[in-house]
Amino acid sequence: MKSSVGRVEPWRQTNWDWRAAGNFIGGGSGTGLLLSVPFSGGADAPLLTMLGLALMGAGLSCVWMEIGRPWRALNVFRRPATSWMTREAMVAPLVFASGGAVVWRGGGALEWLVACLALAYVYCQAHMLQGGRGIPAWRHPRVIPLIMATAIAEGSCLCLAVLAAAGQVATASALPWLAVAALLARAAVLTVYRRGLSGAAPTQSLAVLDGYLVADRLLSAVAVMGIAAGATLAGGRWLLVCAGLAAVAAGWLLKFTIVVRAAFNQGFSLPMLPVRGPGHAASGVRPGW
Amino acid sequence: MTRYIMIADLRRCVGCQTCTAACKLTNATPPEIQWRRVLDLESGEYPDVRRTFVPVSCMHCGDPPCLDVCPTGATFKRDDGMVRIDADICIGCAYCAVACPYQQRHIVRRREFAYGVHATAAEDARFDTRSIAVSTKCTFCSDRVDQAESLGLTPGVDPEVTPACVNSCIAGALHFGDRDDPGSNVSQLLAHSVHFRMQEELNTDPGFYYIAEGRP
Repeated sequence: MKSSVGRVEPWRQTNWDWRAAGNFIGGGSGTGLLLSVPFSGGADAPLLTMLGLALMGAGLSCVWMEIGRPWRALNVFRRPATSWMTREAMVAPLVFASGGAVVWRGGGALEWLVACLALAYVYCQAHMLQGGRGIPAWRHPRVIPLIMATAIAEGSCLCLAVLAAAGQVATASALPWLAVAALLARAAVLTVYRRGLSGAAPTQSLAVLDGYLVADRLLSAVAVMGIAAGATLAGGRWLLVCAGLAAVAAGWLLKFTIVVRAAFNQGFSLPMLPVRGPGHAASGVRPGW
Repeated sequence: MTRYIMIADLRRCVGCQTCTAACKLTNATPPEIQWRRVLDLESGEYPDVRRTFVPVSCMHCGDPPCLDVCPTGATFKRDDGMVRIDADICIGCAYCAVACPYQQRHIVRRREFAYGVHATAAEDARFDTRSIAVSTKCTFCSDRVDQAESLGLTPGVDPEVTPACVNSCIAGALHFGDRDDPGSNVSQLLAHSVHFRMQEELNTDPGFYYIAEGRP
């Protein structure tokens, strides 16, 4: 790895790696799934909730593996007034407690409470990413709706895939169309986010994102068409499973791309250059933009 | 009130990295971790080219992004404007590192030495186990500055209570002092120069100023 010492142009941050991305991936898919449970027609709510909690737990485990002093992890609760990481940590036990109740006693009205808390959790995660103000691709305000829309799309598609695999999708006949709507909404939000980054992020960051967008459009198109076909054609059960998983893969790839691959800092820039002797300062420079 | 700031006169900096060496010697930071760096910035096209040396370190911002995101309260801002880290509380989550727009937060994962497997005398003397796996950064040499009152000295004027990098600067490019005191060395410098702060558009109120031009 090239040393960052003395570098002027933007370089890829290395402080948050795949483990941090894992938190956004697991947290996004998990909360998205918990949000989808009330729309699943009552089909296997405990199983879906357990899967959602497991994904969230996996994400949080990734973070625990990343922090330098894991045995001090409880200190994370100390600053709720300003830190979205603290707020995320405070919502998490509530999601697990209420989700655990659904797993233990079954769904019903409690599913909605879990869904609301899951929404709060992913809202905190989205703000947490935006708080990384050293990374232009993260600090843009449009990253907040993007992270939330991605979670909802991933969750609804994962829910669909699980129910289709279990042969229970007929009990949630509206779910495929909700998943398609979520995917289309995510695609729109992603386009708006990318437009917003033009001129607001380093060129290397934009190049990585543009490279990813090709794969995203392909996977999303496959997912939308697969879900539509699977929901309308007889015997389209496995088509729904594959399409749902393709959508989940697109979401995971997006978050890995934003959190790790496109996470270039802004480097250094000078609004003016010094003049030695008489004369005036020259116009500034901003390498890598 | 007191607001300690640092000034780098870019007209004077020759890129000798003496401040970098002084900082490393004083704080014994491991290889690849430099609380102070001097950037070598080339610009323009032949034959109209420029080379600018730019000292950078923690900007000790008035509104530090690292402060708000810190989930533990380890990062705090003192009344005199210095941003510090309590190593006993920090969990090393690196949230502050990705929030800093100046790339001035560093997580030291393990103890390493500048020259092979053995520590130098300075590395041994300055080593603190608490600094491993937590966030670290420039302190504005607050341990020196904090002695000013008891010694009856003035930071930025008297070397005993002035940051090591400023003391070491051979070109007289680095200055330190109280911005809120209109008669201080730094206030006078700012009053008689065209200056800027880095990435001011992010509204972080940096405490590190750069002089680009004199003012008659």
